[in-house]
Amino acid sequence: MGLFDDLSTILKSKVGMTGIGILLCLVLVSAFTIVFIPLDTYKEWNNPSRWTLFPKSALPSWVNVFLAKKIPEHRLLENIHTTIQTGDNARKIIQSFETDYAFDYFPSDFIYQYTAKYQGTPVLEFDVTRPDGITLHLLSYSLPDLKSRTVFSDKIFSTNESIRKNTLLASNIFAFSVDSMPVEEVIFSKIDTHEVLKGKYTFVVKTSTTDVQSAIHDSKLIIGGKVFGLIGTDEQRRDLAIGLLWGTPLALFIGITVSVASVASGLVYGVFAGYKGGKTDESMMRFNDIIYALPALPFLIILAVTVSNSIFLMIGFLMIFGWVGIAKVSRSMALQIKNRQFVEASKTMGQKSSKIIFKHIIPQIMPYALASIAISVPAAITTEAGLSFLGLGDPSFPTWGQILHDASTHGAVTRGLWWWVIPPGIMITITGLAFVFVGNSLDTSSRIKR
Amino acid sequence: MVLRRYLATRGIILFCVLMTTLLLTIMLVGSNMDVILKKGVSIQVRSEITENKSLMSSFKDTKELDQFIQNSIDDRIKALGLDSPWYSPNRIALSMHKIITLDFGHATFLSSDAGSSRVSDIILEKLPRTVLLFTTATIIISMIGIFLGALAGSKTGSKIDKVTSAFAVISGSFPVWWIGMLMIFVFAFTLHLFPARATPLIPPNDPGYIPALLYHMALPLITITLIGFGTWAYLVRNFMVNVMREDFVTVKKTIGIAQRKIVFQSALKNVAPPIITVLALSLSGSLGGAIITEAVFDWPGMGRLYFEAISVMDLPVIIGATYVLTAFFLVSIFVSDLLYGYLDPRIKTV
Repeated sequence: MGLFDDLSTILKSKVGMTGIGILLCLVLVSAFTIVFIPLDTYKEWNNPSRWTLFPKSALPSWVNVFLAKKIPEHRLLENIHTTIQTGDNARKIIQSFETDYAFDYFPSDFIYQYTAKYQGTPVLEFDVTRPDGITLHLLSYSLPDLKSRTVFSDKIFSTNESIRKNTLLASNIFAFSVDSMPVEEVIFSKIDTHEVLKGKYTFVVKTSTTDVQSAIHDSKLIIGGKVFGLIGTDEQRRDLAIGLLWGTPLALFIGITVSVASVASGLVYGVFAGYKGGKTDESMMRFNDIIYALPALPFLIILAVTVSNSIFLMIGFLMIFGWVGIAKVSRSMALQIKNRQFVEASKTMGQKSSKIIFKHIIPQIMPYALASIAISVPAAITTEAGLSFLGLGDPSFPTWGQILHDASTHGAVTRGLWWWVIPPGIMITITGLAFVFVGNSLDTSSRIKR
Repeated sequence: MVLRRYLATRGIILFCVLMTTLLLTIMLVGSNMDVILKKGVSIQVRSEITENKSLMSSFKDTKELDQFIQNSIDDRIKALGLDSPWYSPNRIALSMHKIITLDFGHATFLSSDAGSSRVSDIILEKLPRTVLLFTTATIIISMIGIFLGALAGSKTGSKIDKVTSAFAVISGSFPVWWIGMLMIFVFAFTLHLFPARATPLIPPNDPGYIPALLYHMALPLITITLIGFGTWAYLVRNFMVNVMREDFVTVKKTIGIAQRKIVFQSALKNVAPPIITVLALSLSGSLGGAIITEAVFDWPGMGRLYFEAISVMDLPVIIGATYVLTAFFLVSIFVSDLLYGYLDPRIKTV
């Protein structure tokens, strides 16, 4: 009896199988997220400086599959190889970044970001070698003078005035006037017409210094594009794929905690009332009626505003309104069961009522309870998402509702940023459906047995 | 006699609920309310004194003036009964009395379209719009739902039955407000068929306001209907399946009455009590859901008012709107109890 039977009936029904399948995927996604995605991406979800290297409102990169003209992908290039030449009194660090540029539009910009530890005044030289073999010198730049060896980080932008002047020096190799063009449109252009030259570009950064112990710790070259990652990015440059991934364990946690806790308390409450009967039953059910008639959403909103919008308190608030329906049904079930012979028998044997309730009555209602747990998960998830959507959620957690709230405050819908709106909603729906599928097949199985 | 007792108990319970709701609301927002009220009093007193030139000139220095202002503020606070804390029985009773007599006071920030800052004016202005949208939606939903459900329930296992059931389960899992966002995206942004914001730009006293409002209502109406009718159809279907097993249906079938006639004339009559109950309940339920739906579509009704009041913490409006929403909710529960008791003969004998 019990769990094993239920599982086997779920496995027999197609709908139940689909539900279990989706649930398994969601659990795997959660596990993957917790293990492999760095924790700081979720802690710093609301810290704009964490996301400055990402593009603003970029489309998902797979849209290029459907487009005849490919939109440039936003790329964060780590340096492929670093060569260090150390002499007696000098050191030269050469870093190169390669990118295969096969898009039909020019990149929007490029940024070189570095963190170096040095003393003195190193000189940085920035060149690019194009697919046609032409090397353009972009910049010679001396880093600020440091008296003692310290760490210094900075960014060099493609809008840098010296880069512009240096590129204009090479204007004679182009068959058209490059004077008024942005630098990236010159560097990535064919020489005879103003079109993108596709192929492998190598950016080389040479740093020469007199300090032999100097080093570059971290450096990145960003080629700015308009598509990025699996889901794209939002207005605040955040990678939406990461937000959605973190939303999965959060949604499962919220949904399952709320439904398990409310079903468990409703079950015990209802069974106790039904088993005791008489005055106890009457007063417990009147209290139940009062909670049942409270309008949940206005109350949740007031609670979120006045008490706290912490996600854990929110789970508690959702439980307050979740147990009532279950209590009603399990009371009526307990009323039926308590008149059966085995309950009567254990009563005459003098067993304690708490033992009768937990040993004899609750196991009988268990299949129903499991089904209601599964069925009440989606409601908990959508209610939390709805509250977050109104801006009353816990802002420190990237839940799906929170992402949709950000989308609506930035007018994503009216601006056509569909990749910001559709995926979170699909995730909410899929999660809800999975639990409904499982719950429905559990419910039918428990009904057949009854 | 039994019916009357049943209704009396229900009525008493619902009144208790209304009082509990009010009490809880006052308890939750009370301390904030107190601070705001006191601040309001001190600003009012200060401006009254500084505007009175003759009184101003009678003070020797600023110290004396400050002393006077402070005393007047204290007097005023005492006169208004604000000196005792918000949880003192007197104050709670006073607030409850005010709310029950529909005296919600003045809004702190919000005002009605006509410019009044009285909470009851604001609510009276917004309420009809919410009722208009959600009653229309519920009526359309229930009509489609009853028709589809009756069809599906009379032919269990048929294609239409399977599609209806599947649609009910799937559509119930979508958050309405998310579908709303998609609808705005498709119909307002891409196809330019309907306006994205549901608030008409014409002032309310313009004769063209009503048609404009109806035109702006289209998109939210379609969305609510689309999401809602599946669940309805499924519900009606389940009631129907039980009725179709009854003996009288079998008898009618054997004497050769057309299936359609049985379904829409005899069987539907038998499922009427639960359907009407659910109708009353879902009307009130939709009012609660209105908060999010109206926020998405920017529909100028109670839900959006509630949302706006919360975002600026306009407490008198929050309390007033909660009261009205709860009252509506409870009245419809009561009506559904009443209808149930009236329509289902079994209740009278229990």
